[in-house]
Amino acid sequence: MIKVEKLNKYFGDNRAVNDVTFEINKPEMIGIIGRSGAGKSTLLRIMNRLTDATSGSIFIEGRNILSLTKKDKRAWQKDCAMIFQQFNLVPRLDVLTNVILGRSNIQGTLRSSLKLFTKDERVDALMALDKLGMAETALQRAETLSGGQQQRVAICRAMMQQPKMILADEPIASLDPLNARLVMESLRNIHREKQITVLANLHTLDTAKNYCDRIIGMRLGEIVFDDVPSSLKDDVAREIYGAEAEEAFEPTVTSTSLGDEQFAEAG
Amino acid sequence: MQSSLPENLIKIENNLKSLTRTRSIYSFLSIAALIAVIYSGLIVAETGNATSIWVGLPKFFDYPVDLFVGSWEYGYRWNLLLLEYLPDLISTINMALFSTAMGTLLAFFLSIFSSRNLIKSKTTVLIFRRIMDICRSFPELVIALVLLYLLGKSALPAVIAIIIHTAGALGKLFSEAIENVDKNPIEGLESCGASWFTRIRFGVVTQALPLFLTYTILRFEINIRASTILGFVGAGGIGEQLYTNIQWKYEADTIAIMFLLVSTIITLDYLSSYWRKSLIGLKS
Repeated sequence: MIKVEKLNKYFGDNRAVNDVTFEINKPEMIGIIGRSGAGKSTLLRIMNRLTDATSGSIFIEGRNILSLTKKDKRAWQKDCAMIFQQFNLVPRLDVLTNVILGRSNIQGTLRSSLKLFTKDERVDALMALDKLGMAETALQRAETLSGGQQQRVAICRAMMQQPKMILADEPIASLDPLNARLVMESLRNIHREKQITVLANLHTLDTAKNYCDRIIGMRLGEIVFDDVPSSLKDDVAREIYGAEAEEAFEPTVTSTSLGDEQFAEAG
Repeated sequence: MQSSLPENLIKIENNLKSLTRTRSIYSFLSIAALIAVIYSGLIVAETGNATSIWVGLPKFFDYPVDLFVGSWEYGYRWNLLLLEYLPDLISTINMALFSTAMGTLLAFFLSIFSSRNLIKSKTTVLIFRRIMDICRSFPELVIALVLLYLLGKSALPAVIAIIIHTAGALGKLFSEAIENVDKNPIEGLESCGASWFTRIRFGVVTQALPLFLTYTILRFEINIRASTILGFVGAGGIGEQLYTNIQWKYEADTIAIMFLLVSTIITLDYLSSYWRKSLIGLKS
């Protein structure tokens, strides 16, 4: 289904992504772990075509998406929704418009620029917001929301794209424990209900182990681990994280592993 | 204090002292040189003038006094003069309004193509920046004088001159506003597959709009003054009336026009700061 082959990205002499090859054969929830600067973000950005690769190819259903240009490239970006650490909503626009803009690729430039949205689009957007408990904020400006709320809106925008896969670049890195849990759970639900692949960069080990079916470990741009979470041994994980191991293993930082007991306390 | 300092620090302290001393000597010398240059300049100007400035200075206030005396003698009908020149004032404001609107539109397009975060091609950015530089570098008066010679006396040359200057000056400010917007929302839209135009419409314009409007209002104020001045060289409007009346020594009319002009500028100043505040959101 998805086949990444010998992907390389150089920034000058620095190899951010080094000969990365992997396959995804069924809809999976995959966590990519690694320390800062391991090339996780660059890999996702290449897949969404926000950044161009130096060499290599990514085949999705037999089509090399790295060779797409202009209209085809944007059509692919629509199919492959992306969620960012900083949410990347338009701050001065209301939440509903932000969500509906997930469809801007289908709407066409003129219709979305004039905000001529159809009733169906508004209904879809409201339904998506309601699912994550955000319908009440629909008419507020995005900038008035908290980080966790903004990330939920960003997920709604991603769902409006009706994507074939979702890329999440550190989706919970700037959220509080409660919101982090909410966001990870909604990503997990989307994966289960829509049967689509979710590829998430996660900084902490516990989150990856708790929510993902498969973990890819990256180190200095290379894949050093690719298997089910249960086979990831502590010493291997320590090697992946290097100097950042202590932080990544710290249970208070891996907020999403909160048990029900602690959850009640926090709430 | 110094005795308590360790040896190596005393050395630094002494160095610092001597450095400060040299610096103040240099400052003193340059100030003295400046005074000498100004004074010698004054002497040169004094010998070059037809009459000495000390003879002319007391007469400096003769004309303003004449203006007020003349207006006083004109009597109560002075109020009617305000009405008489109102249409000229409106035509000047119209000139400013139209040329600000057109100039802003041009500036918007120029600024998009001269912003590094929107245009990948460095050559395009360079070309559009130079176009703006050229538009901006000629004062309105210079462009208007050339165009008046080519097109004859009318409001059109003045309007074109102001449009060109506004496009250059505002375009520069707009592109700075654009280059300072947060790139995350633009990237968010790009990741949805939004077109270049949609990215600018929502990612850039929504963020930069308050600044755009602030700059435009400010420019409108400047352009009212510019279109008044251009009236002096034959572009019509209240500037032309002012020039004529000063020439003919019609004191009452001159004062009436000045009164209109000053009150317009003051009103506009209040209005624009009110708009600006409500735009930025200082006013609740």
